[in-house]
Amino acid sequence: MTNDKRQEKERWLDRRGNVDKIVRTIYAVCALLFLSDLAYHKHPHFAVESWFGFYGIYGFVSCVLLVLAAKELRRIIKRDEDYYDG
Amino acid sequence: MTASLMPGLPILIGALFVPLLRGHLQKVFLLLLPIIGMVQLMGLEHGPIVQISLFEYELTPVRIDRLSLVWGYIFHIALLLNIVFSLHVRDNTQHLAGLIYAASAIGAAFAGDLITLFVYWELTAISSVFLIWAVGTERSYRAGMRYLIVQVGSGVLLLAGVLVLISDAGSVDFKHMELAGTGAWLIFLAFGIKAAFPFLHGWLQDAYPEATVTGTVFLSAFTTKLAIYALARGFAGTELLIPIGAAMTAFPIFFAVIENDLRRVLAYSLNNQLGFMVVGVGIGTELSINGTAAHAFSHILYKALLFMSMGAVLYRTGTIKGSELGGLYRSMPWTMLFCCIGAASISAFPLFSGFVSKSLIVSAAGDGHYMITWLVLLFASAGVFHHSGIKIPYFAFFAHDSGIRCKEAPLNMLIAMGVTATLCIGIGVFPHLLYGILPYAIDYQPYTASHVITQLQLLMFSALAFIFLQRTGLYPSELPSVNLDVDMIYRKFLPWFVGGLGRFAITTRDGAIRAGKQAVLQLLIAVEHYHGRRGIFARTWMTSSSVLVVLVLLALYLLLYL
Repeated sequence: MTNDKRQEKERWLDRRGNVDKIVRTIYAVCALLFLSDLAYHKHPHFAVESWFGFYGIYGFVSCVLLVLAAKELRRIIKRDEDYYDG
Repeated sequence: MTASLMPGLPILIGALFVPLLRGHLQKVFLLLLPIIGMVQLMGLEHGPIVQISLFEYELTPVRIDRLSLVWGYIFHIALLLNIVFSLHVRDNTQHLAGLIYAASAIGAAFAGDLITLFVYWELTAISSVFLIWAVGTERSYRAGMRYLIVQVGSGVLLLAGVLVLISDAGSVDFKHMELAGTGAWLIFLAFGIKAAFPFLHGWLQDAYPEATVTGTVFLSAFTTKLAIYALARGFAGTELLIPIGAAMTAFPIFFAVIENDLRRVLAYSLNNQLGFMVVGVGIGTELSINGTAAHAFSHILYKALLFMSMGAVLYRTGTIKGSELGGLYRSMPWTMLFCCIGAASISAFPLFSGFVSKSLIVSAAGDGHYMITWLVLLFASAGVFHHSGIKIPYFAFFAHDSGIRCKEAPLNMLIAMGVTATLCIGIGVFPHLLYGILPYAIDYQPYTASHVITQLQLLMFSALAFIFLQRTGLYPSELPSVNLDVDMIYRKFLPWFVGGLGRFAITTRDGAIRAGKQAVLQLLIAVEHYHGRRGIFARTWMTSSSVLVVLVLLALYLLLYL
């Protein structure tokens, strides 16, 4: 293992612009998937499944809530790394 | 003769010869053992094929049916992959421990009676702890001890339950049980500890990340999945398992999001995946039991793959903390690729293994109209992509450049990861291969338009949430820290409490001694006061004074007498 970064060729991902390209692609895929609810027939077990865009909205909202709740949890349970060593 | 009929036994016997061999010969021998075991297993007939009488009980050390075979197959495959991954290790203790551990897990999966199950159950505990101790530090020694106490404790509960059951029912057969009576509850609890039920789970996240690079991969495959098998065998259709499993899928992901040790993140997501299997057991239909078996099979592979990739990172960089890693895709591109395949599999992307197995359980929950459970499972599915699917590869291989430049993983590790990754994709693309070995006949089509699109919506919007949180700075950064979990009860609270009791006892004792000393001292002072050198009873009086006193006394006497 070394920390020598000299003479290293630049990678495709190192450019900020390319990361943005990936992000924009994900936006486009999400938009397409959201609209695709128009295009196929669902086989719902529950009424909520028939709501337009249910899975996308549920996935997004639950992940944001998950992370925000975890941040709150961290306030309570976070300790120093040597907490158990003392 | 009987030995040739006992799955796992060739590996167990073979393990004893491993320390006698050296170099390439040892490696070839190690690789041959799981293959021999698999060939033996495939040649065996179904049914209770070994039975012996012990005292007045009829034991069935080997019973083969389709349920146990799923676990038998995957345990052999996992062992082979583990051996390839750890082929560079020159430590006979670890090789021996891994082989005995895997062999006893295999034996347990075919145990037809509870006594045999107990023996293998404890053997998995005792053998696997050496994979933690092999690290050789004080920290790993303590972690191993905690792990061993919990695991052996689970075995003791199992034995107690079995004894109660025997005295009640008189049968030792390992078959479906009703969750009623002390015996069944004790056994349920024993299984629950090993399956890492909520509040019984602390040992998993505590111990697994403390094992060696290769040891953690071993551990991830066998113990908990054996417990899932035992639940599926003993308690299928026990409704209580549905809320337990649903809770298991949900709560670990909150911890996973803020955990810094990436192998510990994987331990949390392992716990979350076990939740899906427990729900499957609880629903108890043919579809859901198939789902549990299928998910255990694919889970062992992708979880091993993820632990392998993080093990390779730890092996090369010496750290596995998210706060110290980042940018490793430059140095370890192959490991990164395999990690992403594991991440896609655990996230259940279409064409990867998790998709075709988890769908069975989620569909079974839908079929049974368990709406809340179904919503929790969806939440957990989105969440697992968030913390295992994105967080693990992102913080290890991308994110900010940590500046670490290291070599790619060793060849044997790359081969193990490559084969495992191929299996993950293979199962995803050809699900009927997995469906064909499930306990019940199955007619299920995972690749319908509705199925694929809804799953992609769930996952891609989960990814969108990650981007949103990252770009707005809301995403919690990786911090050097530990987070409290239930293991703090026995790592901090109990020692503090017992220490407190001890301190209280010492204070009380010291107080009593001090009070006693004080009382004796007071007594001595009083004695000194009256009988000491200047005390009234110890003075020397002059003769004339004495005569005077005697005269006075005599006079008084005379007066009184008259």
